[in-house]
Amino acid sequence: MSQKKYWQGFGEINNDPEKYQKQVQDEFREELPFSDMDDKGLLDAKAPRRDFLKYLGFSTAAATLAASCKTPVRKAIPFANKPENIIPGEAKYYATTYVQDGDVIPVVAKVRDGRPIKIEPNDLSTFTGGGTTARAQASVLDLYDTNRLRFPQRKVGNKFEESTYEFIDKAIGDALGTAGNIVLLTSTITSPSTKEIITGFLNKYPGSRHVQADAVSYSGMLLANEASGFGRKLPTYHFAAAKVIVSLGADFLNTWLSPLEFAAGYTKGRKIDEKDPQMSKHYQFEGHLSPTGATADERFTHRPSETGSVALALLNALNGTAPAVGNNNKLNAGIKKAADDLKANSGAALVVCGSNDVNVQIIVNAINNAIGAYGTTIDWNKAVNYRQGIDKDLVDLVADMDSGKIGALLISGANPAYTYFDGEVVNGKWVTKFEKALAKVKTTVSFAGMMDETSVLCGFVLPTHHYLESWGDAEPKTGYTSFLQPTIYPLFKTRPFQTSLLKWTGATDDYDTYFKNYWTGKLGGDQAFEKALQDGVIEPGGQAGTIGKALTDTLQAIAAPIVSAGSGSYNGGNVGTATTAITSAAAANKPGDEVVLYEKASIGSGMGATNPWLQELPDSISKASWDNYAMISMSKAKELLGLDLYYNTEDEANSKAIDYKYYPQKPVIRLSVAGKGDIDLPVLVIPGMNPNTIAVAVGYGRHEALGKTASGVGKNVYHFAAFNGTTINYTNAVTVTDQKRKEKIAQMQIQNSYEGRVEVVRETTLATCKKDPTAISDYRKELAEDYARSTNDFRKEATLYPHHEQPGIKWGMVVDMNACYGCGACVVACHAENNVPVVGKSEVLRYHDMHWLRIDRYFVTDEKNPDDLKGVVFQPMLCQHCDNAPCENVCPVAATNHSSEGINQMAYNRCIGTRYCANNCPYKVRRFNWADYTGADSFPNNQDQQLVGRLDPVVHQMNDELTRMVLNPDVTVRSRGVMEKCSFCVQRTQAAKLQAKKDGRPLKDGEAKTACQQACAGDAIVFGNVHDSNSQVSQVRRDNTQRSFYVIEQIHTLPNVTYLAKVRNTEEIIEPKHHRKPAEHGEHGAGSAKPEEAHHH
Amino acid sequence: MEVQSFSASSMTQFEGSITAAEIDAVLKYVDGWQPPTPPPSDPNSAKTEGNQNAVIFGVISLILAIIMLILMQINSNLKKLSDDAEGIGRPEPVPFYRNKIYIAMVALLFFVVAGYFFAQAAIGLQRQKDYQPKQPIYYSHKVHAGINQISCLYCHGNAWDSKTAAIPSVNVCMNCHKTITSYEKGPKLHDEDGNEINGTAEIAKLHKYAGFDPKQPDAWDPSKAKEIEWTKIHNLPDHVFFSHAQHIRAGKVQCQTCHGEITGMDEVKQFSELSMGWCVNCHRQTKVDFDYRDSTGATKGNKFYSLYEKFHKDLQPDTLKNKHGEYILDDNGNYTIRKPKMDSVTVKDIGGLECQKCHY
Repeated sequence: MSQKKYWQGFGEINNDPEKYQKQVQDEFREELPFSDMDDKGLLDAKAPRRDFLKYLGFSTAAATLAASCKTPVRKAIPFANKPENIIPGEAKYYATTYVQDGDVIPVVAKVRDGRPIKIEPNDLSTFTGGGTTARAQASVLDLYDTNRLRFPQRKVGNKFEESTYEFIDKAIGDALGTAGNIVLLTSTITSPSTKEIITGFLNKYPGSRHVQADAVSYSGMLLANEASGFGRKLPTYHFAAAKVIVSLGADFLNTWLSPLEFAAGYTKGRKIDEKDPQMSKHYQFEGHLSPTGATADERFTHRPSETGSVALALLNALNGTAPAVGNNNKLNAGIKKAADDLKANSGAALVVCGSNDVNVQIIVNAINNAIGAYGTTIDWNKAVNYRQGIDKDLVDLVADMDSGKIGALLISGANPAYTYFDGEVVNGKWVTKFEKALAKVKTTVSFAGMMDETSVLCGFVLPTHHYLESWGDAEPKTGYTSFLQPTIYPLFKTRPFQTSLLKWTGATDDYDTYFKNYWTGKLGGDQAFEKALQDGVIEPGGQAGTIGKALTDTLQAIAAPIVSAGSGSYNGGNVGTATTAITSAAAANKPGDEVVLYEKASIGSGMGATNPWLQELPDSISKASWDNYAMISMSKAKELLGLDLYYNTEDEANSKAIDYKYYPQKPVIRLSVAGKGDIDLPVLVIPGMNPNTIAVAVGYGRHEALGKTASGVGKNVYHFAAFNGTTINYTNAVTVTDQKRKEKIAQMQIQNSYEGRVEVVRETTLATCKKDPTAISDYRKELAEDYARSTNDFRKEATLYPHHEQPGIKWGMVVDMNACYGCGACVVACHAENNVPVVGKSEVLRYHDMHWLRIDRYFVTDEKNPDDLKGVVFQPMLCQHCDNAPCENVCPVAATNHSSEGINQMAYNRCIGTRYCANNCPYKVRRFNWADYTGADSFPNNQDQQLVGRLDPVVHQMNDELTRMVLNPDVTVRSRGVMEKCSFCVQRTQAAKLQAKKDGRPLKDGEAKTACQQACAGDAIVFGNVHDSNSQVSQVRRDNTQRSFYVIEQIHTLPNVTYLAKVRNTEEIIEPKHHRKPAEHGEHGAGSAKPEEAHHH
Repeated sequence: MEVQSFSASSMTQFEGSITAAEIDAVLKYVDGWQPPTPPPSDPNSAKTEGNQNAVIFGVISLILAIIMLILMQINSNLKKLSDDAEGIGRPEPVPFYRNKIYIAMVALLFFVVAGYFFAQAAIGLQRQKDYQPKQPIYYSHKVHAGINQISCLYCHGNAWDSKTAAIPSVNVCMNCHKTITSYEKGPKLHDEDGNEINGTAEIAKLHKYAGFDPKQPDAWDPSKAKEIEWTKIHNLPDHVFFSHAQHIRAGKVQCQTCHGEITGMDEVKQFSELSMGWCVNCHRQTKVDFDYRDSTGATKGNKFYSLYEKFHKDLQPDTLKNKHGEYILDDNGNYTIRKPKMDSVTVKDIGGLECQKCHY
C-alpha cells in the first residue's frame, strides 16, 4: 500500500539534507545585516569598537532625551451634548448588511466611540450560518481607505477637477434631457428600493435602459435555467441536505455564487457524530486545485475545456453508459463512481458546475433532474437575486456605444474598463473595447467609491458612500430582506447613487428619506421599521430577534411578495442541442495548454485588491500574498522549465529545482492567447493540477489611481476570457514559453517546518473511523504507557514542571479540521480585532509576516509521487496556550508567562526582543516586530529602515491618521522590537467577565467569543471555559474523544487548543503509523531519517 | 444611577417620645456642626521623618568611615615604624588619594549611589503626582461634591458603565446651571497662587460655552453649545487597560481611594502616583466580594465568583475525616475542625497581578 506524506513546500518532500535542513534551521532565513568580521581585527572592521561605543552612547542619550524632557499636556474634550445612548468607551453594535462584489451578507458592525472598527456576523440571519467571509471582515478597512474619493469631480480636458453636487446635478440634468438613449450600467442590484428608483428613472427618460453586468458572470446558468423551464433565475442550493455532492469545477466553498451560505450548509453534512459516523460525500472534478477541490473526498482533474464532456459523461453514466472522456481512465472511473453514488442517493444528491457555458449548465440541470435534486437540494421557491448579469447585454451595449447610439452612460458598481474580455493591444498595452466605445458616449458618469479603471475614463465621477455610511436594503433571495443603516456620519462629500438618480428623475427626496418612507410604508409604521433595522434582517423561519414572533410574521407577509416568487418545473429543454454542441466542441478540441481564470477568496473579482488586509492574506492553496501568478503542475514545470521538483539528481535540473524550492525568485513564463496579447507571470508549482492547465487569479493589476496597495500588484488577466457568442468562458487556449528570468513571490508558511513530525496533522477516513474508532486516541494511551508508567497520567507525571493551578476559569479551544476550508475569514478577523500590522510584500518576502493566526496548508500526496494529490489539509494554527509553554521558560525578563486562566500571556511593554521565545516555540506562532510597522515608536521616521531596506508604501498607508481609525482601542499597538502572538482575544474575555461581574452573575457560555471563532462560516472553532462542564467547548471535547489530538502532543507542551482530525469520506483504511517504540517518538516520521537533535540549536 | 440596585426598605418607626427641648438641641447641634478639621495634612511629615533617619544614618556612616580611614592610616604608620625598627626597607607608601584601592572603592560607591538616583529618576519619568493644571473654567469639586454633596456619579455616570469616567458634557452642567447663575453663598475661592476667583464669572464662562443667556433662559438652544477643552490630569500609558466600571461597580472601590479627598479640592490635582507599584499594592491587599461566610448557603456577594469553587471550598472550615472516611473525634467526642485554608480572597488570588489582566 502506498504511504501518504504531508508536506507544505517542495523542499520538504525529499528533505534535501544539505540545503533544506540548513534553510529550515533558522526561523527567519536571512543574513544579519552586519558586515563580516574578518581577521583584520576589531579596529579595522567596518563597525569598530569605538564606533560601537559612540552609537551606544548616542542611543542612550537620545533615548533619554526622547523619553523625558517634557510631559505633554493632554486635552480631554467631552461632548457638548452627549447623545443619550452613547457611552464613551463602550462599543455599540448596529445591524447592517455587507453588499459588495455580488455578495450580500447580513452583518453587525461594532462601533466604538463613533467609529466602526469590526464586522461581526448577524446571528439572526439564517442562511449565513452566523459566519462571515474574509472580504466582509476586511470591508471595515475600506471605509478608512486613504484612496477613497472625497468630493465630486468632473473632467476638464484630461484632468479631473473638484466640483459641487449643485453644478453636477444641473449639468447632468441638462445633458440627460437631450441625450437620447440613456443606459444605466450597474452590477446586479439586490435592493428592492433601488430597483424602484431605477424604474422611476427609466420611465422619466424614454429610450433609456438598465444593463446589469457582473465582473464574474453567471449568465450561463441563468440562461440554462431559463431553457430548462425555471425562468432566468438562480436557485437556492441546500448543501446540508445533500449526501452526495458533485462539483464540476465550482469553488462553492470559497468563491462560487454564495460561498458563505454554501460553506455553512456543507459543514452540516461534514460534522461527524462519533457514535454513528456519517458524512456527505464530495466529488470534485476540476482543472486546477481550488480550495473546494482541496476539501473534496475524491478529486479528479481534467482540462477546463473538458468540463462539458465530463458533465455529459456523468449524465450518460447515470443512464448506464460507461464514461469515456479522453483516454483518462482515472477520470472515467471517477465519473462512474460519482454517477453510482448519485444514483444511490437520489433525492439527497446535488451537482453544481462552475462553467459559464449555457450548454454545460443545461446538461447539469438534466443531471440534477435525474438525481431528484429539484425540490430536495435545489430550491426554486427561493430564487436568489444576486449575480443576474447577462453577458450578451453588456456585449450589445458596447456595440451600441461603439456605433454612437448611446447618449449617456451612468455606471455604478460595474467596472468593464477593467473586466471586459474584448479589446486589442495598443502600444504593448491592453485596451478594452469598452474603453474605446466609451469615448464615443457624450455624457459619462461614474458612481464609485474609488477612482477605478472605468471612473478614470468618465466625464463625471460622483463618489458614493461606503456601505457602513449608507442606508439601504438588500434582498439576496426571495423573502429574505436585509437592511443597511449608517454606522458613521459620511467621512467625505459622498452621496448615494440612488440620491443622484432621484434628483435626476426630478424627485425632491434624497435616498435616505425615500428609503425610510419606502419601508415605513411597507412595514406599517416607524416602530416596525426601527425594529426591522435593529434586527437587520427579516427572514422566513428566522429567529424572532427583538421584533417578536408575531411581528416577524407580519413583516414577512408584507416583505415576501416584493420580488417575483414562484418557480417553474424542469422541462428538459435543449438537452439534445446541448449534447450535440458539447460533443462537437469536444471533437474539435485540440490538445494543448489551457489557462483558467479563477477568483481568490481574498481579492474576489478585484474589489479586494485595494484592501491591505486582503492583499496580505495568503492564498489558501499557494500561501502567496501580494501577487497573482501562474499555477502550473509539476509535470508542466518539468516539461517547460526543466524543474524536477521531486527527484534528486546530480545535474543542472536539480540545481534549478533547489533554487525554486528554497528561494522566493520563481521562474517567469509568458502566457499568450491568440488575439489577446501576452502576459508574463511568475509560476508556482502546485501538486494536483491537471498537466495542461495553467490557473491565474483575476482581480490583480489594478489602475494606479486606486493607490499603491492595488496598483503594481500582479497582472490583469480578465481579457484572457473567451466569448462564445452567448456567454463568457473563463478559460482559453494558451501558449506558454519560458522567459528565462525570475520574479519574487512572497509566500508564507514555507519557512517553517515541522521537520517531519507526523503528529502535527492528523487525517483519517470515514471507513477507518468506523472500523478502528480509537486509531487516533490510542496514541494518548501509548504516551501514557511510555512516559507515565506509575500513575498512567501523561499530563502530570511526564514532566519536570510544576502544575499550573486554575482556580476559576480555564479558557480552551477546539478546532475542527473537518470544517476548515481555508477561506481566511478568521485570519482577517484576527487582524481587525487585534490591530495586527500589515507588513507589505518586501517584509513578507523576508518571512516577517505578522499573522497571529495562520491557516497551515498541507498537501497530502503519495510518498512516491507528489503530483498524485490525495487531498489538502487546512490547519488553523495559532498560539496553543500550552500549560507547559516552552516559550515561558526561556524569556529572560518574564515578559511571557502563564495566567491563572490558562492563557499564555504576553506583556509587550516588558518584552526586550530577545526572540528566545519564538525560537523555542514548537508551533512557530510567535511573530516579531522587526520594524516599526505601526508607527508606535517614540522616534518619528523610525519606519525608514535605511540599514535593511525601506518598508513598503502600504505600511505607511496603514499608519495614516484616517486608516488608524480602524484600530481597536482596547488592544495595544505594538512597537518595534516586541514579540507578539495570539492572546485568545483576552480583551474579549476580560470584557465578558466584567459584564458578568457588573451584573453580579456567573459568566455565561458563549459570552466570550474569539474573533476567529465568530468569523468562521463552518463553526470550526469553538472557544470557552473548559472548567464549565456544560460549556460548548467541554461538550465538543467530550463528544469527540476519538478524533481529538494535540499538535505534537509527545513533547508535553500540554496545549489548550484541541484539534479534531480531518476525516475524508473514502473507503480507504489507514493503518496507524505511530505504533512505534518509545525511543523513536522524538524522531522524524516516515520519509526522513535524521534525528531531530541534529538541527536543534 | 440605579436606585433599584439598593434594596428598598422602609424607614423604621420611632416609638419613643422626644421633647421640644431635645429637638431644639438636635437642631442647634446640626446648625452649629462644623466638619472636624482634618489633621494638618502635611504630605511631607512622613517623609521628613524618613529623611531624619537617613541623616542620622548618614552621619553615623560618615563618622565610622572617617574613623576607619584614621585607623587604617595609623595602622599603616605603625607598620612603617615597625618596619623601620626592624630595618626592613620598603618603598614610600602612596598617599591615600593615589591609592588604587581607595579610588576604586570611591568610584564604586559613586556608581552605586548615582545609579540608584538615575534609575529612580528614570522610573519616575512621565509620572505626574500632584499635577494640578489650570483649567478653562475654575471648577471647584469642593463646592460641588463637597459642600453641595452632589454624587460623583451624577456627573461622572459613565464610570458606572464604561472604562472611562468621562468628563460631563455641557448639557449635564446646564441641568443645574440653567437656574444657578451666580455664586454667592459659598466660601471664597482661590486659585493656586492665592488670587481670589469670582465664582459668578466662572459660571458665566460655562454659559458662554453653552450659548446660554441667563437673561433669556427660554431662548437657549442647547444644540449650539460648544465643547469645553479640559486639560487631562490623570494619564495612563497606552499599554495599560484600566476600567472605571471594573473598580467602582464590580470592585466597589470608592472614588476617593484613588482620587483622594476630592470633596476638599477646589482645583483637582492628581492624588495618586498611578504607577504600576501603586496599582499592584492595592491588588495585593484588596479583598474580593466573595461572600464566603454566609451559613445559609445563599450568596450575597457577587455571584460571578461562584466560578471559583476551589476558593469557596478553601474558605470553609473543614471537618476532618480519617482515611476510612470517618469523622475524627477528639477526646470529648467533638468533630475535629480544621481552620479554613484561606481567610479571604484578594484580587491577587483571582489573578489580579497577572500581566494580561491590565496589559493587552
